[in-house]
Amino acid sequence: MSEYILQAKHLTKTYTQRSGKFGFGKTLVKALNDVSINLRAGKTLAVVGESGSGKSTLARCLLQLQSIDSGEVIFAGKDLAKLNAEALRSMRKDLQMVFQDPFASLNPRMRIGDLVGEGLLIHGLGDAAERKNKVIAMLKRVGLTEADMQKYPHEFSGGQRQRIGIARALVLQPKVVVCDEPVSALDVSIQAQILLLLKELQQEMALSYIFISHDLRVVRHIADDIVVMHQGRVVELGKVADIYEQPQHAYTQSLLAAIPGKKVANG
Amino acid sequence: MSAPTDTVQPLLQLQHVTISPKSTPSRLLVNDVSFTIEAGKTTCVVGESGSGKSLTALSVMGLLSQQLQLNTGKVLFNDHETGVQDISLLSEKALQKIRGAKIAMIFQEPMTSLNPVLTIGYQIGESLTTHLGLKNHALKNKIASLLEMVGIPPNRADSYPDELSGGQRQRVMIAMSIACEPRLLIADEPTTALDVTVQAQILKLLDDLKTRMNMGMLFITHDFGVVADIADNVVVMFRGEIVEAGAKQQVLNNPQHPYTKALLACVPDAEGKKDLKPIDYAWLPDRNLQSTGAAI
Repeated sequence: MSEYILQAKHLTKTYTQRSGKFGFGKTLVKALNDVSINLRAGKTLAVVGESGSGKSTLARCLLQLQSIDSGEVIFAGKDLAKLNAEALRSMRKDLQMVFQDPFASLNPRMRIGDLVGEGLLIHGLGDAAERKNKVIAMLKRVGLTEADMQKYPHEFSGGQRQRIGIARALVLQPKVVVCDEPVSALDVSIQAQILLLLKELQQEMALSYIFISHDLRVVRHIADDIVVMHQGRVVELGKVADIYEQPQHAYTQSLLAAIPGKKVANG
Repeated sequence: MSAPTDTVQPLLQLQHVTISPKSTPSRLLVNDVSFTIEAGKTTCVVGESGSGKSLTALSVMGLLSQQLQLNTGKVLFNDHETGVQDISLLSEKALQKIRGAKIAMIFQEPMTSLNPVLTIGYQIGESLTTHLGLKNHALKNKIASLLEMVGIPPNRADSYPDELSGGQRQRVMIAMSIACEPRLLIADEPTTALDVTVQAQILKLLDDLKTRMNMGMLFITHDFGVVADIADNVVVMFRGEIVEAGAKQQVLNNPQHPYTKALLACVPDAEGKKDLKPIDYAWLPDRNLQSTGAAI
């Protein structure tokens, strides 16, 4: 059991959608349909699928940012879905998230120092001086400077903002980090920098990642294990190398076939 | 301005185009950019954010923002009817006749480029009414056939944009842009916001349409993977300047400029054989520029 740091068992989540004339009708959309995943400690588990496949819902449900209808999320021997609000909050110290859109996920009215230090403040870790030192150390680690603490998010480029998002998540020294499409809003040239940073930090801080993405080129480089989702279900899971070489499910095959630029793969 | 139409004359010629803000004319956002587009061929403009690729495209359409100006340069468009003319000198009224009819554009964000309070059928029909004067039944049929062409059931014409998925909205944008069978199609990162599977479909659709209608296409992207799939010719831009241009095979397989090499090296491959590499600015002569490379 100890091999896995985070386990989700038989998660289901249903959304109600208004439909029909004037929205009087109701349709149930199964965003998660009996989804089970296992995250190995210190490894990266990629969740891939197209929009609407339920991968972001899965990320949010794992961290209990959204309630689940049924199922269990086991972390550190406890079922997160059954914890009360207070216990869950203290548990969140170990479970952090890096969001997709670095332009929308940082509060434009907060300085970078406050943004990154917010988690430390909430969890009451250290006094003001200690917090400041931690924030500075973290900013330097992700490639920013001490002077950046006084700046506002709009003064940074997309890649730099994503570094801030990473610093914000990692300053608490979490155990599990959920990255929801962390590089899909960035230029290809910046993507590699952020991916390498995530990889280095994983080594240094013994992090386990859940990496949500629709870009199979990126996943190939960062993930150890992979889960392929389609319409709320897991259609295939296994080691990255195996799935890329011998995809079993037709949907996985179509995803792999859609990767652009196969002709210059060795360019 | 008009010259006799020549069959070997390319469809579009940009000559020494330079763009700068009106307030600081010395700051060149696009500096001396020249390239040509031929009918039935796709030219890809590749570069990072801020390299001036979108500005170049907007200048072709005469859609530069009020704060910007086209300093020098010619945008020569080869039209069947009027011959070759410099469309950057045309009045707004004359430009309106060209936009949508002869030159059409697909914008980057299908989520924000459609009007949310109008049906997609109405939005596709707008340019047909304006440029071709289609009405009633003829208009409806044409809209239906356009929707069919881009793979959306024709009965969705009465749907509103929020009832469609991202890929479908981008298809609607494509249907709008090809409605009047333009000679030149400008696509500004048309697939960046889309899933890979949808992206592959859209790229194939654009390629088919280009061949069928013998359109010239100016395709803007930052992803060399997409370039490999769709381009005939490639133009690489860096900080407002063209650093390399040529046929696809030549640029992708035998890049000459260090920036092209660096940009190609940081595209991850699907096999995982190539190491991940951050973009390398070591070739820049100026040390200061090197360190700020990521910030442009």
